[in-house]
Amino acid sequence: MESTIVLWANVRAEWVKLRSVRSTLWALAITIGITVGLSALFCSTRVARWDRMGRGAQLIFEPIGFSLNGIFLSQLAIGVLGVLVMTSEFATGQIRATFAATPTRGTVLLAKMKVFFLASLVVGEISSFAAFFIGQAILSSKSSASITDPGALRAVLGGGLYLAGIGIFGLGLGVILRRTAGAIAVLVASVMILPQLVELLPSPWNDDISKYLPSPAGQTMFHITSARPSLSTGVGLLVFLAYPLGACLIGWVLLRTRDA
Amino acid sequence: MIETTELTKRYGDKLAVDHLTMSIPSGQVTGFLGPNGAGKSTTMRMILDLDSPTSGSAKVNGRRYRDIRFPLHEVGSLLEAKSIHPARTARGHLQWLADSNRIPRKRVDEVLELVGLSAVAKKRAGGFSLGMGQRLGIAAAMLGDPQTLLLDEPVNGLDPEGIVWVRSFLRSLAAEGRTVLVSSHLMSEMALTADHLIVIGAGRLISQGSVADVVAGSSSSHVLVRTPDVSQLTSILTAEGAEVSTDVDHALRIRKVSIERIGQLAADNAVVLHELSPQAASLEQAFMELTRDSGEYQTELKAPPPPSTTSDGGLN
Repeated sequence: MESTIVLWANVRAEWVKLRSVRSTLWALAITIGITVGLSALFCSTRVARWDRMGRGAQLIFEPIGFSLNGIFLSQLAIGVLGVLVMTSEFATGQIRATFAATPTRGTVLLAKMKVFFLASLVVGEISSFAAFFIGQAILSSKSSASITDPGALRAVLGGGLYLAGIGIFGLGLGVILRRTAGAIAVLVASVMILPQLVELLPSPWNDDISKYLPSPAGQTMFHITSARPSLSTGVGLLVFLAYPLGACLIGWVLLRTRDA
Repeated sequence: MIETTELTKRYGDKLAVDHLTMSIPSGQVTGFLGPNGAGKSTTMRMILDLDSPTSGSAKVNGRRYRDIRFPLHEVGSLLEAKSIHPARTARGHLQWLADSNRIPRKRVDEVLELVGLSAVAKKRAGGFSLGMGQRLGIAAAMLGDPQTLLLDEPVNGLDPEGIVWVRSFLRSLAAEGRTVLVSSHLMSEMALTADHLIVIGAGRLISQGSVADVVAGSSSSHVLVRTPDVSQLTSILTAEGAEVSTDVDHALRIRKVSIERIGQLAADNAVVLHELSPQAASLEQAFMELTRDSGEYQTELKAPPPPSTTSDGGLN
C-alpha cells in the first residue's frame, strides 16, 4: 500500500522530531517524577495520619487508586507536551517544511498521533506502575494492595492509558488552536477547572454532567471506588477516549483546509 | 516544468494573486520578479500546496504537488519565512526531513558538506546567523537531489559573502540543468543569474520571457542619434511613425523605428549622422517601468531617467 509507506516514513520522521528536542525528554521525565513523587508524598502523609483517621475512614480507604492520585497533576505535563508537539511546528514555521515534505496532511497527523501515543503510553505506564509499587510499599504498614488483587492491574494499566489519552487530547487541541497559550488554557480548563465549575451547579445536574467530563470519565479506569456517582469503567473509557479522538478528528478537518 | 493556470488567491477583499497563468521552463533558472507584496511568496506557497488557491491550479511536472508521493525527490523548496525549529540541531532537522521521504541518512552529511555547514551540524539551529540559516534551508531543499527547486528570496537579508555564495550556488544549479524558480525583488541579482524572467505586480502577470526580451520590451530601450540637422531628421522620422524626443545636446532619442531603418532614412535624405547607437535599458529600468503602476505602496518616486551615456544594459 502506497499510503502505508508514506505513513511509516512519517512515523520515523516524527520519532526523530520528538527525540531531537531536549524539552521532550524533560516533559516526559517530569511526568514520571510528579506521578511518583506525589504518590510517595500522599501515601506517607496518609500513613502518618492513619491513627487519627476514624475507623470508618480506615475501612473505606482504597490504596490502589490512592497511590495513583499524582496523575491529577502529572496529566498537565504530558498534556502540555502533547500541545507543544503540534503548536511548536506552527510557532516556528516548521509546519511548512513538514507539509512540503508530506503534502497529505492527514498522514502527518496520524504519524504524530501514533508516535506520541506510543511514547506517552510507555511513560504513562512507567509512571503508573512506579507510583503504585512505591505507594504500596509506603502504605504496607497500614493498608496496602498487591498488583494481584482484583482490579489492581487493570487500575494501574488504566492510569498509564489515562496519561497517554490526555497527551493525545493536548495534541488534538494543538492542531485545532495552533497557538500554545490558547491550547494549554483549554487543556487546563477541561481537565481541571471545568469539573470544579460543574460542581457548583444545582444537584442533580452537577453529578449528571460531571461524570461525562474527561477527567471523571477517565478516572473510572484507575479508581476502584468513587465517592461520587460515576460511569462504569467500560463506558468511562469510551467517553474518555472520545475527547482525544474527537479533538484530533476536528483538528484533521481543519488541517486539510487551512493554509499552512 | 511548473505551470499555473488562472491561479488566484483572495484574502478578504484583497486579491493577492490574480488569475496568474505562467509556465516555468525546464532546465533553466527563472527569475520570479515583483515588488514587495506582488504575490510571489503566495504563488510559491500555492505551487507547494501549502496555501490553497481561491481558484485556478498549479502543477509540477504535470501533477498537482499533493499527488507526488515523496515530493522532496522531485521538488526542493526554500521559503522566505524560517521553517526550522530552533531547538533542533542542523543534522536533526535534516534527519527528520530525510526520513519523511525515505532519503538515505548519508545524504544528510552530503548536503551539510555541500552548503558548508558540516562543522556546525551538531549545533542548534536557533543559534545560527541569518546566512547559516539560509544555508541550512538550501541544504534541506537539496536533500532529495531534486530536479526542480523553488527558492523564495534566497539572498534576502544576507551579507555580501552570503549573497556571493547563493549566487554561485544558483549558477551551479543552472549548470547542472536543473529547473529553478527563484523569486527576488532585486533586479541586479536576476540579471546575474536568471535565463528567463517572470515579472508580476499586484498579483498579475506583467511580462514573461528571456532576460533580453523583457529588457527589449521596455520603452527605455531606444536608439540614440546625434545629428546637426535635428529638425529635418525629426520630421522624416515622425512621418515614419517614430516617437522622437530631443535632448539638450542635440541628441535624439528614437523609439518605434528600428536602427537599420533610421540609418537608411538618414542616407536616403542625405542627413549627416554623428552617432547612431542602440540603447538597451538596464533590467533595473525595465523592471521599474513594468511595475510602476502595480507597487503596493505608491510614492511620488518615478523610474530614474535613462542614462545619457551608452549603456550595456547590465546584461554582461
